[in-house]
Amino acid sequence: MRALLRTAALLLFVSVGAYGQVASPAESAATVIRVAAPRDSVLEARTSAVASQLRCPVCQGLSIQDSPSELAQSMRAVVRDQLASGKSPDEVNAYFVSKYGEWILLAPRPRGFNLIAYLLPVLVVLSGGIGIFVAVRRWTRGTTEIPAE
Amino acid sequence: MNWRRSAIAAAFAVPLIGLFVFGLRHDPKDIPSPLPGTVAPTFALEVFAPGQPPLGRPVGDTIRLADLKGQVVVLNFWASWCLSCRDEHATLSAIALTYAGKQVHFVGSLYQDRTDAGTEWIAQMGGQSYPSVQDPKARTAIDYGLYGVPETFIVNRDGRIARKITGPVEANVVTHIVDSLLAVPASTATGGVK
Repeated sequence: MRALLRTAALLLFVSVGAYGQVASPAESAATVIRVAAPRDSVLEARTSAVASQLRCPVCQGLSIQDSPSELAQSMRAVVRDQLASGKSPDEVNAYFVSKYGEWILLAPRPRGFNLIAYLLPVLVVLSGGIGIFVAVRRWTRGTTEIPAE
Repeated sequence: MNWRRSAIAAAFAVPLIGLFVFGLRHDPKDIPSPLPGTVAPTFALEVFAPGQPPLGRPVGDTIRLADLKGQVVVLNFWASWCLSCRDEHATLSAIALTYAGKQVHFVGSLYQDRTDAGTEWIAQMGGQSYPSVQDPKARTAIDYGLYGVPETFIVNRDGRIARKITGPVEANVVTHIVDSLLAVPASTATGGVK
C-alpha cells in the first residue's frame, strides 16, 4: 500500500512538472517570433531606449515610451523609422530637440543653467551631511563634558 | 552668534527664493519653440477638404510647400475635436479671403483626426475658404514640433518660419505679420518676425 502511494505521488509529481514545461500556443508563437525576427527585437529595444529619454508633449512628465497618447505613439514611430534608416540615437534626439527645443529631453543636458538640476541635489546632500556632522559633534561633546559622579 | 546663524540661513534661503521667483515668473506652458527663423519643414499633403473659390483646391490634390516658394504660407493645424479651433475658424477663413489673388497661401492641416469628421466639422462651421490637407501619422505635425491644436505657422517667402502662434489666432496679429512679410521681397526675407 505504501509502495502504491509512493508511486502515485511520484507520477503526480512528474506529470505536474511536465505540465509546467509544456508551452502554451501563444508562448510557442512568441518564441517563434523572437527567433524569426531578432533584428526587429533589437530595433524595438533601441526604440524603447531612445523613446524613454523623450518627453511626451501632451502629458505630464511622461516619456513617449510610457505615454499611451496618439502623439506619443506617432513620435515613437518616428524614432523607430529614423533608427531603422541608420540614424544614431544622438541624431534622433537632435532631430526632436531641433523641433521642440531641449524641453523635449526628460534629462536636461548638463550645461549652463541646467547644471543647477545636477549640482543642487549634491549641494543639498553635502550641506545636510555637514550640518548633521556638526550637530552630532556638538551633542556628543556636550555629553562627554558632564562630570562623572 | 545670531548673526552667524542668520547668515547661514540666508545663504540657503536666498538662492532657493531666487529659484522660486524664477519659476513663478515663467509660465510652464509657455515653451519657446526653436523653429522661428529656421527653414520650414517640407511637406506634400493630400487635400481632403477643397475650400471654396477662389482659394479652393480639388480633393486629392497634393499641396507641396516647395511649390509655394515665393509666397507667404499660413499653415494652421486643427482638429474637429478641438474647441479652440472653433474660436479661430471664422477669423482665419475670413482673413484668407482678404488675401485672395495675393502671394499668400492658407492651408489647414488636420491633426490626429478622421477626414470624415473634419469634413463634417467644416460643414457645421459654415465652410472654410481655404483647403485642408490630411497628415497621416502626424508626421508633418511632429516636423513642426506641434504640442497641440490649434497652432499656426507663418512661413515667409523664402521658406523660413517667421512666426508660430499657439492657440486661437487674432485677426490683427495675423494680418500684421502677413503684411509685413509681403512687404519684404522674397530674396531678402529673413523671417523671425516678432
